[in-house]
Amino acid sequence: MTLNLLKSGEVAKITSVTADDALKARINGLGLRIGQEVAVIRRACMGGPLQVRVGHTDILMRPEQADLINLAK
Amino acid sequence: MKRIALIGMPNTGKSTFFNRLTGASAKIGNWPGITVELLSAKIMEGSEMVEIVDLPGIYNLHGFSEDEKVARHFIENADLDLLVVIGNASQMDRQLGLVLQLQELNLPMVLLLNMHDEAQQHGIKIDTDRLTSELGTPVTLMSAKYSQGIKQARELIRESLSKEKDSTAKEKDTFTDDVKLETKLDHLMSKCVNVPIELSGGLTDKLDKVLLHPWFGLPLFFLAILLMFEVVYTIGTPLQDGIAWLLNVILESQIAHVIDSFNPVVQSFLIEGIYNGVGTVLSFLPIIVMFFLCMAVVEDSGYLARAAFLMDAFMSKLGLDGRSFVMQLMGFGCNVPALMGTRVMRSRGLRLLTMMIIPFSLCSARLQVFVFLTTAIFSPQAAPLVLFTLYIASFGAAFLTAAIYRNRLPNSEPLLLELPPYRFPTWQQMLLHGWRETWYFIREASGYILLGVVLVWFLTHYPFDAVPASSETLAGKIADVFAPVFEPLGMDKLMTVVLIFGFVAKEIVLGAMAVIYAVDPDNLAGVVANTTTWIQAYSFMLFVLIYTPCLSTVAVLKQESKSWSFTAIAVAWPLFLAWLTSFVFYQAATYLFGS
Ligand SMILES: Nc1nc2c(ncn2[C@@H]2O[C@H](COP(=O)(O)OP(=O)(O)OP(=O)(O)O)[C@@H](O)[C@H]2O)c(=O)[nH]1
Repeated sequence: MTLNLLKSGEVAKITSVTADDALKARINGLGLRIGQEVAVIRRACMGGPLQVRVGHTDILMRPEQADLINLAK
Repeated sequence: MKRIALIGMPNTGKSTFFNRLTGASAKIGNWPGITVELLSAKIMEGSEMVEIVDLPGIYNLHGFSEDEKVARHFIENADLDLLVVIGNASQMDRQLGLVLQLQELNLPMVLLLNMHDEAQQHGIKIDTDRLTSELGTPVTLMSAKYSQGIKQARELIRESLSKEKDSTAKEKDTFTDDVKLETKLDHLMSKCVNVPIELSGGLTDKLDKVLLHPWFGLPLFFLAILLMFEVVYTIGTPLQDGIAWLLNVILESQIAHVIDSFNPVVQSFLIEGIYNGVGTVLSFLPIIVMFFLCMAVVEDSGYLARAAFLMDAFMSKLGLDGRSFVMQLMGFGCNVPALMGTRVMRSRGLRLLTMMIIPFSLCSARLQVFVFLTTAIFSPQAAPLVLFTLYIASFGAAFLTAAIYRNRLPNSEPLLLELPPYRFPTWQQMLLHGWRETWYFIREASGYILLGVVLVWFLTHYPFDAVPASSETLAGKIADVFAPVFEPLGMDKLMTVVLIFGFVAKEIVLGAMAVIYAVDPDNLAGVVANTTTWIQAYSFMLFVLIYTPCLSTVAVLKQESKSWSFTAIAVAWPLFLAWLTSFVFYQAATYLFGS
């Protein structure tokens, strides 16, 4: 399952990230590291971005990027 | 001389600390990516001169965006005596990752954990002694915004600088072992940082529930912007009237009799040229100041990042993203920094497309012109609404442009953006911000304005025996040449001359009008209202809104795109669009409402 499929308010652990090195570095730098717990706070309407939270960092990302982050419940 | 670099992730408060250290006033904003250029200042530390460089924020030493490259190139190549790493104390889990990466550069380093106030609110505890010994790097907590812990931070910096440089530094470990870093990071987190489980959502969560609401979020956002302009208008306009009145009183009571004996041409030059021209621009300064004070609050609040969240779905349909929208909003202040702000974008297509639309943002210089004309021509009730329609036109022109050029400038850039917590600037920050922007405005524009005013005066008064601004003068002749182009837009000769000068900078427009109509700031509005219909005025404003904002913008477009052909299009297209829009408006309105 990917982060994009996580329901608002649910929490799960990151297992892997499928992206090229550049994007991986950015994702990692924002705190979305393997083993971390992430939650989806809300989604914008009309297929807009997600607001996700790791630790005390809130991140805005598009569904396309959320699909690159794999989770285990 | 020794050299220190401030480095850290975006939005950790590097610029705030830099300002504290150096007394400078670098731009601060609650938006990751405010600093995109190297800023440096020199200070005396003990008995020694030290140069301090504020770098753009980086998420990762192996980052790829242009501003990250600037920072990386600098630390790898400049001769540095000390790296001062600034981190956000409430986000240790990710901030430490960068610290560990930076340690591999084997440069002397100190770690300043900023925003201690926020960390405390979250109940986060950091064992700095333990962290210091585990990292082998001095660590201290501080709150740059509230000036707490700055003394200790300076102390650490001074101590580290006085130590001899470690000449036996080991070879650079080029093969960064990410797994090793991860393990170390986890170890540090578990030993030195205690993050309690958050029970209740803080203020930011509560505000976000309302402001990021799927249905009410956007209407609220536009309401907030409307409100901001109401504030600027309500407080700024009476002040502006006051200054205009004061300037007139000074002219009549102090200056008039002094220069009474001068040659009439010199008199006209001094009063109708310089005094009225510059005075008119000056009288609008309160509005500019008010506007920048409001912008300071908006930029520092973190609401801009929310705007990116709310608008991204729409912007993505135009081949842009939420950040492009934020840059547009920043462009309301001045287009130049907004254009530079696009450096955080990696995809060239996205960046150029965003740079194409920023010049349509109704910047403060244009705001002056519009406030003047709307109050002169329309009723006090209608004026703010007319101004609001111009903001809508500004977005309209930008979105239309993006829709037209999106296929030529394709973009596949992912969007990943930090949403900082809401913050409110301190009074000091707000005043500093407002002051800095206003000062920038005066410094950048005063040369243009003076030169423009003098030139316009000359063109409208030479030959000196002709009736000023008549068709015998130089200006009249120029206007005749352009008449076929501007007449269909409803512009008379005087307006045509103003528009030609406005190409250089919009700051000139008002001054030029005062000179051309040969009236003092206090009476200009009345004269313009008598000679101009509302249709003409609105057509004029549309043209001013859409065509090239100023030469500085053109220069920055070239500098940032490094492409002449892009710059040519970015200038030619708005000119064409401005003409077309004014033409359609003027012809349609004249047809519908009569002339
Ligand atoms: N609560 C709190 N806020 C702070 C502190 N220091 C800075 N800020 C705020 O954090 C935000 C970012 O500050 P900047 O100084 O612009 O950060 P920066 O690291 O230079 O950011 P970039 O230019 O994007 O790299 C601003 O809203 C500051 O007012 C602090 O100690 N406590």
